Amino acid sequence: MAERSFAKEVKDLCIGEGETFYGEGILAVTKALLQSGVSYVGGYQGAPISHLMDVLSDAQEILADLSVHFEASASEASAAAMLAASVNYPLRGAVTWKSTVGTNVASDALSQLASSGVMGGALVIVGEDYGEGSSIMQERSHAFAMKSQMWLLDPRPNLPSIVKFVETGFQLSEASNTPVMLELRIRACHVYGTFEAKDNIAPQFTIADAMENPTRDYGRIVLPPSNFVHEVEKIENRWPAAINFIKEHRLNEYLGGHRGDVGIIVQGGLYNTLIRALELLGLSDVFGETDIPIYCLNVTYPLIDDEVKGFCLDKKAVLVIEEGQPDYLEQAINAILRNGDIQTKVIGKSVFPRAGEYTADVMRGGVRKFLKAHDANRVKRAPEEAPALPAATMKEVAETVPQRPAGFCTGCPERPVFSAMKQVQEDVGDYHVSCDIGCHLFSILPPFDIGNTTMGYGLGWAGASAFNAKAGQRTVSIMGDGGFWHNGLTSGVGNAVFNNNDNVLVIVDNGYSAATGGQDILSSRASNKTKNTNNPIAKAVRGMGVTWLRQVHTYNIAEMKRVLKDALTAKEKGPKVIIAEGECMLNKERREKPIRNKAIADGKRVVRPRFGVDPDTCTGDHACIRISGCPSLTLRDNPDPLKDDPVAWVNNDCVGCSVCGENAHSAVLCPSFYRADLIYNPSWLDKMMAAMRGAIIGAMQRAADKRRARHSFGTQP
Amino acid sequence: MSEARAIKIAITAMGGQGGGVLSSWIVKLGERAGYITQSTSVPGVAQRTGATVYYVELFPKAAAEKAGKQPVLALMPAAGDVDIVIAAEFMEAGRALLREFVSERTTLIASSHRDYAIAEKISLGDGRRETERLREIAKDTAGRFIEADMAAAATGAGAVISAVLFGALAGSGALPISREVFEETIKAGGRAVDANLRGFASGFDIASAAPKSERKTTTQSAGEQAAPTVQPLLDRMRAEIPVEAHDITREGLKRCVDFQDIQYGHEYLDALKDIVALDKAHGAGKSFQLTKLAAKHLALWMAYDDVVRVADLKTRASRFARFREDAKAEDGQIITVSEYMHPRVEEVCDLLPPSLARSILNGKNRRKWLSALLGEGKRVPTTKLRGFLLLSGVASLRFLRRGSYRFTLEKERAVQWMQLIKQYAPHDCDFACEIAALQRLIKGYGDTHARGIENYSRIVARLEEVSRQPNPAQTLAALRDAALKDESGAALDAMLSSLSPTLQAAE
Repeated sequence: MAERSFAKEVKDLCIGEGETFYGEGILAVTKALLQSGVSYVGGYQGAPISHLMDVLSDAQEILADLSVHFEASASEASAAAMLAASVNYPLRGAVTWKSTVGTNVASDALSQLASSGVMGGALVIVGEDYGEGSSIMQERSHAFAMKSQMWLLDPRPNLPSIVKFVETGFQLSEASNTPVMLELRIRACHVYGTFEAKDNIAPQFTIADAMENPTRDYGRIVLPPSNFVHEVEKIENRWPAAINFIKEHRLNEYLGGHRGDVGIIVQGGLYNTLIRALELLGLSDVFGETDIPIYCLNVTYPLIDDEVKGFCLDKKAVLVIEEGQPDYLEQAINAILRNGDIQTKVIGKSVFPRAGEYTADVMRGGVRKFLKAHDANRVKRAPEEAPALPAATMKEVAETVPQRPAGFCTGCPERPVFSAMKQVQEDVGDYHVSCDIGCHLFSILPPFDIGNTTMGYGLGWAGASAFNAKAGQRTVSIMGDGGFWHNGLTSGVGNAVFNNNDNVLVIVDNGYSAATGGQDILSSRASNKTKNTNNPIAKAVRGMGVTWLRQVHTYNIAEMKRVLKDALTAKEKGPKVIIAEGECMLNKERREKPIRNKAIADGKRVVRPRFGVDPDTCTGDHACIRISGCPSLTLRDNPDPLKDDPVAWVNNDCVGCSVCGENAHSAVLCPSFYRADLIYNPSWLDKMMAAMRGAIIGAMQRAADKRRARHSFGTQP
Repeated sequence: MSEARAIKIAITAMGGQGGGVLSSWIVKLGERAGYITQSTSVPGVAQRTGATVYYVELFPKAAAEKAGKQPVLALMPAAGDVDIVIAAEFMEAGRALLREFVSERTTLIASSHRDYAIAEKISLGDGRRETERLREIAKDTAGRFIEADMAAAATGAGAVISAVLFGALAGSGALPISREVFEETIKAGGRAVDANLRGFASGFDIASAAPKSERKTTTQSAGEQAAPTVQPLLDRMRAEIPVEAHDITREGLKRCVDFQDIQYGHEYLDALKDIVALDKAHGAGKSFQLTKLAAKHLALWMAYDDVVRVADLKTRASRFARFREDAKAEDGQIITVSEYMHPRVEEVCDLLPPSLARSILNGKNRRKWLSALLGEGKRVPTTKLRGFLLLSGVASLRFLRRGSYRFTLEKERAVQWMQLIKQYAPHDCDFACEIAALQRLIKGYGDTHARGIENYSRIVARLEEVSRQPNPAQTLAALRDAALKDESGAALDAMLSSLSPTLQAAE
């Protein structure tokens, strides 16, 4: 069960002609797929396209009614390879993932697919995780489109446009026998808006039809001599077919005005930001009515030479607005114009930052700079905006406002793993830590500061494979259960076994692909109606040939420390694997909270634990926070008038996971932590014991209070 | 060109605070009230406790129909182009300022509560950021600044903070949409409607109330009389200590008596006497800063943290009332509490006679034997008879203190500390104040306490050199801050080694 349920949104997928769809961009894509008669959909979750996977996963019944096959692929490579179904058959298929990381994983299959060419429309929806909030390396998917010759769509970021390009993408793919990539930036995936829906279409040719009527064509297989033929086909047939289709269907748009001798060429996905920048400069209204000619590239690869030349011919200078680097579009436009002997100046990265997201402010600055140099009259009317705050004040604000790095959620079962690792480091000395991708990567941030490198999803152990020499200290690698099943089983565990690795792997098994939104995976404990779960990681690890294997519950920090120390110091040679088990608290709470509340409402006895800190014994040193970082373990003023430092305090978000208490024990911190068990609907025994204890303890406390009152200083008037 | 423009709203929040709920309410609100609405967010990793921005634009449908065109709405806010900023936490209001969302046309609605960032929390001392200046800047920059503790209002109403902020948005009047439409939006959401409407109402009242004029004056009770047994102590205090330092001295006395007995209070006053004389002779003006600091920190030296003290505090009725409140137990609800305790050999030795304690601490076998006896960490069930009696028993051992190893040790340390203050006060009273304040480094139990003592001793060992620096008091304060910077002592090391050249130059 994923972090978010889409039970409600699933109903919206069924609406038809004449109805309006309300929702976020990535859900509009899902609806557009069904309107396009898609036969199969696959993908691997990750921001910003997780919701596409989640909604389809919740929509299996609707998909079955339409004979659409949905697959939660094992990896992006699996998803890309799935598109092979469109090579021999007129089947429309779509896959999705987070880019560029997912595209990297998928690129072997994508290259094969692009070489073979497709009969049915093949659409790759890439969620571009670039700019603010991104968790990955800042690269462009554009390069993949160029190198494999797949067409790249970058539509204007409003729902009608996104939907149109899903539908058109399939047609373009079929018209040119080429897979098509549809690139959506993170904000476009999450943009909420509306579009006029159409009826869903069941595919005319289904997966079952293909299985029952197999056809094969040697010419579509990537082996000599076909592979050489494919290369020629790409240039001589598929490319021209695509150019014709794009021109004929006017996929690129001429927006804005026709006046003046400057113009702007913009990636479709940046169009709205451009219009806002022009509006702020007083050069456009809110409807995008502007004098300045704009050539909007909804297709960023291939470029249409005639269109580019035609747009630039009567202009002194054009501004190319292209996010990220290298500046492929600027280079290509320069080449097109110079080869065509057109002397229009091409301005791009010289007025924009070479790297980083093109925010509204960056856009405003770049456009102003361009116009100032090439059409100064236009910007005369637009005064330079004054900064909101004087520089000195801004500096003060900057120094005051703290960074908020991402961290483990309250009650996260991964926190104690790193609490233990940090404590063990005190005992056995520092060790090299190879990290992976997943929530556990937050260990590299304060307060843990544990981790050296991260080489990709599932590649935690492979990232430490060079450190396989005789040495006085072992290395520790981390892998999540998501990464383990994605490829870590072979690239990490298999690799270590085969190469007689003598180091340590900690697999953080929280039961889900938690970082991407809590999707089920092979080893999830939950039962899943449509997927096969409950396949233990331990079984797979043993099957790979690992003999030193320990399973530890993460919240048991003392045990976790012992096992880690064992693994780091054991005489036994060979790979050592520790599976740290603890269910993702977000998922667990989501599942258990309603049950608990219902039980309480039904009058059943329920015990709810939570933790607390006594302010009068708290030292104000915050060592407990430095080995935890739990959001609910925070600070408050020291109630003691003699002490200056704030005391630790457990706020009301506490889910009673016990980590702070266990830490206080294992690190021998201080006696301030306590666990409070709140009993709802107590039994008669509870009541009787409580009454008896209350009577005796109460009497003793009253006596003690009385004794103290003899030395009371009173209260000050 | 059309003059129509969108209303732009940015919500700055932390992941998990429910900014998504608020932004979707605003979207639905806009749709209900006849706007074309668009919202975006960047969930990604920020969802896991990071800072994040939700952005909504509302454009009047009528204007679009009149123009016969669809507006082009932006996916991110531009500097100086945001009409309403809603900050779900105070530092997130600061972040909105930093990102230049706030300008004179902005209504800034901020919750004043703090959710401390990890960098603030991991400090060995007080790493919390200052908010007052930020408040002034927000006031000066925003067209309107509405601030209240929305988190407390949410808790009071049993609602999520989003509901209170939504109410504050309605109450601010920044959107030309009536209260009823806001409330209909919450009702249509169908989740926790009653609680959210309560939260909404309190937010509405906060924002629509006239700017609060005067700070609420706390009602003062008549004050309870001090017991006759402590009157002599208070009389002595009034006679011997300048009135400026009475408040803190009274707290110190209270602590000493609570820690041990009346006699201990007299010893406390005895020790302070010399300081007062020095302060009168050398202190600046009539602030009696040295007396105040010495009164505060002497009490902390004398009332050190030991197992007796912990057991005593843990078993008090006032503490039982407090954990019920902290755990939000309902009236009459049964609650059981267990303590995480880990008494070590050191803690036991604290209470033994000095010679015995030393022989155990220095004797390897005896130490091992006692350590094995104590075992690992224990969970003491304080609300059960077994646990309560155990802790009460330990609490009753205070009669052992005066003859104990720890008592002797702490007394020695305090005396030395007093000596240093007395030694430097005649030359540089500010420096002596900083020596007094150095006691702040020593706190807690176990390793924390040992680290504190070590840092303190390292600084004290160099006191002579520090006193010859150009700004001795400032340097000493900086050393204290450095000691609180990191656990490894790296910052302190660096600072101490940077002292040397000045010393050589001086020689």
